[in-house]
Amino acid sequence: MNDMVKMVVVLTILTGFSGGLLASIRNGTAEQIEIQQLKFVKGPAIKSILEGAENDPIADRFKIKDGEKEYSVFVGKFDGKANAVAIESFATGFGGPVGVMVGINMDDDSVLAVGVTTHAETPGLGSRAKDDPGFVAQFKGGAIKDPFKVSKDGGQINALSGATITSQAVCQATTDVGNVYLKLKPKIQEKISTMK
Amino acid sequence: MAKSITQEFVKGLWAEIPPFRLVLGLCPVLAVTKTVENGIGMGAATTFVLVCSNILVSLLRNIIPDKVRIACYIIIIATFVTVVELVMQAYAYPLFLKLGIFIPLIVVNCIVLGRAEAFAAKNSVVYSLADGLGIGIGFTLALGALGAVREVLGNGTFYGISLFGPSFEPFKFMVEAPGAFVGLGLMLCVMNMLESK
Repeated sequence: MNDMVKMVVVLTILTGFSGGLLASIRNGTAEQIEIQQLKFVKGPAIKSILEGAENDPIADRFKIKDGEKEYSVFVGKFDGKANAVAIESFATGFGGPVGVMVGINMDDDSVLAVGVTTHAETPGLGSRAKDDPGFVAQFKGGAIKDPFKVSKDGGQINALSGATITSQAVCQATTDVGNVYLKLKPKIQEKISTMK
Repeated sequence: MAKSITQEFVKGLWAEIPPFRLVLGLCPVLAVTKTVENGIGMGAATTFVLVCSNILVSLLRNIIPDKVRIACYIIIIATFVTVVELVMQAYAYPLFLKLGIFIPLIVVNCIVLGRAEAFAAKNSVVYSLADGLGIGIGFTLALGALGAVREVLGNGTFYGISLFGPSFEPFKFMVEAPGAFVGLGLMLCVMNMLESK
């Protein structure tokens, strides 16, 4: 009996200690990790989506809340006007969440460009959503208020062959960004106007 | 305890160098040694985990009940592995992307658990520290050496620096999976030849 108590106590203390240590390290590194991810993963995607922007969209970013969820908004300036934003959203693909960065032209609420940031899709099949520029190019110019769907679901996007689920996830995430954007547009505009 | 601390340290560098002498922990050895940089990064991460877990296991060796010792070791090791993962994400993100899944897999690396069970659980803190450091550095050297062989032959570079100029035709086989087995086999062979002399 004594032995039993000792086992429980030792394991409990050990796990408690380990949990505490990990939580504090996670807190300590969270900001740095976000910066690194912006630099190495999202940075290139944002740069290609807001291509030709006169400012640095990664530096000109702010966070905005929709209920419980928080979104990072990256602002791009064209012709001296801050009229483009990039917002990231996630949808469940075949191998896990697929992160999609959507650039939006705020003048006519159309899609500037779409890029996949993070994913765990099958290499050679779903991974083409990120690697094949032809697939994401289909989103260009689409009106943000309409939902994006693959042609199988009655939409306008041709799915990647062999990767329907991934294609659906990209459509879903893009649609989500559109909805969030339309809902928060007044707030986003307000934030942008206070930015400079 | 006849051996000195230095002896415990040095044995990890040659007499018990992990992948070649102990032939343990081969999964990361084969998988991540495509380049010198990957090999050394992996080795450094493993060394950190090995040293920290050895110290902690040795400190707690009289407190941990025998029946749940493996569970305790795994908790300790997993904690330090997660620490490495977070720190690497924060400060060496490109390396983290390359090593990917093999960082969390250090948890089940037999070298780490093996040293905790076979050495740290029976020896004092200073000896365990020397043992962990020695084995860790030995592991790093072995990964670096295998990485160097594969990178030089398979890619014509060393630590990303081109060695032979543009006329060199890289021996691509060496950076693929079979090249890892062949490279490891040849290195074991050389080690055995040196040993038998």
